[in-house]
Amino acid sequence: MRARSIGLGLVVAAVVAFPLVAGPYPVKLLQEILIWGIFAMSLDLLMGYAGMVSFGHSAFFGIGAYTAALLLSKWPGLLAALGAPALAAAVGALVIGFLSIRVGGVYFIMLTLAFSQMFFALTFQNAFLGAEDGITSVPRPHVFGLRIAALGAFHVYLLAIVGAAALFLHSIVRAPFGHVLRGIHDNEERMQAVGYPVARYKLLAFVIAGTVAGVAGSLYTQFVGSISPDAFLWTTSGEALLMVIIGGTGTLNGAWLGAAAFILLQSLVSSYTERWMLILGLTFVLFVLFAPGGIVGALRGRVGVRS
Amino acid sequence: MTLPLLAPALLTIDGVTRTFGALSALAGVSFALEARERRAVIGPNGAGKTTLFNVITGQLPPSGGRIVFDGRPIAGLPPHTVARRGVSRSFQRTNLFPRLAVLENLRLAAAAGAAGSYNLFGRVERVTTPLARARETAAAVGLAERLDTVAGQLSYGEQRQLEVGVALATRPKLLLLDEPTAGMSPEETQRMTRMLEGLPREVTLLIIEHDMDVVASLADRVTVLHYGEVLTEGTFDEVKRDPRVYEVYLGSE
Repeated sequence: MRARSIGLGLVVAAVVAFPLVAGPYPVKLLQEILIWGIFAMSLDLLMGYAGMVSFGHSAFFGIGAYTAALLLSKWPGLLAALGAPALAAAVGALVIGFLSIRVGGVYFIMLTLAFSQMFFALTFQNAFLGAEDGITSVPRPHVFGLRIAALGAFHVYLLAIVGAAALFLHSIVRAPFGHVLRGIHDNEERMQAVGYPVARYKLLAFVIAGTVAGVAGSLYTQFVGSISPDAFLWTTSGEALLMVIIGGTGTLNGAWLGAAAFILLQSLVSSYTERWMLILGLTFVLFVLFAPGGIVGALRGRVGVRS
Repeated sequence: MTLPLLAPALLTIDGVTRTFGALSALAGVSFALEARERRAVIGPNGAGKTTLFNVITGQLPPSGGRIVFDGRPIAGLPPHTVARRGVSRSFQRTNLFPRLAVLENLRLAAAAGAAGSYNLFGRVERVTTPLARARETAAAVGLAERLDTVAGQLSYGEQRQLEVGVALATRPKLLLLDEPTAGMSPEETQRMTRMLEGLPREVTLLIIEHDMDVVASLADRVTVLHYGEVLTEGTFDEVKRDPRVYEVYLGSE
């Protein structure tokens, strides 16, 4: 436990201090990992804890991303960068969740997928949203009077938001609500029979996960400076799903590792061959076959750390 | 049917029907259960016993009829609402949280009625009331030594004990037990019977049971179901002497 806290502290310190020692390209890779990590972590709350496999998580990522892109050009403050995207994603998740959670298993997967693809089609054809080109030249916000355009300032800003979101998700899974989600995952019928209105808990989990995904989407817009309809595409959901599985489903922190593995592999392999998806696919197959607990599961088995 | 005139019944079932397509699983069942009573429901396979439980607890909506619990109608309400009103049940086929520890199985059930299950920030260990009740219940069902064992790894007999424990941990006014001794060895059955006898009288019991020794030692009264109807009702001895009950069970015409 002690050693684990020290290890965690060292990792956090390294992530915080990274721009002081590394060049712009590695820093950008790290920032990309942080954004995708928190997005994947929000999906893990659904998949790993509530047992709801969503294939439409990109909907909320995209809603957050587009809300930020639309608002930041006019009002470059925290409200446009954080508040509004989170709220928009929450509302989106409330509506989509309300319509989807009553069905289970494959139907839930297909419904969430269909909703996210609907958003893709809408943005792709909407001139106001820049159609297929999306929205470009999105400025980064001013926070407390400071413009956070520079790499270092953005790093601190990003870490603060991503860190808060991660702590929030960690808090949830330790809280009574998180334990209710595990109960639902294990036996929905019995949860109902002992008195839990299961649908309400699932909806709340869906809204929380969607809200965090919206924040991740907004950060992504600010990171890249633009957003296109691809954010809504099913591949965005699929990549987050792969990150969760590679990192370790139901571990939350596995999402960081999954995102790191995914993004590092992508940048490494794509500089040698265009077939990086093939390599990634093989990696994924190997993980599912030989390390179904993901990276975290494999580490626990190796080090003998109990879950 | 004649409703009891003095004490209002805790549970009144009045002309309840349930059909599955052309099949009438419950063809107008009526009976009343008084508070503190222990009632057994017996009858051959297919008599509608489990369907009756499913209809009372909201797993299935009734096709017709009235169900009144504690002065309020409950027919057709969803299971979680019925549970919150104070009706809890165990299942004939073990229906636990197989990947969670015994203590957590019981704690989840104990916390179901409590406020704070939407709490996103507190630590679950610090919400002490459900935890204390979970430990109490574990002791009551003989699992005090197995708190940290994952439910799926308990022996079959222990899983049946936990099955009853999860139903009991919600602190129901009315406890419905669907064949609690199903598949148990004679020793396990005896242990389960003693445990049920030891339950506080405040918990009204409605129990489906095939083992007549268990029925004899537990039940104040017995209701016999046959083809979805109440065939007869009385004390165990009265029912035992009823020739129609013999016919139903032995199939002699």
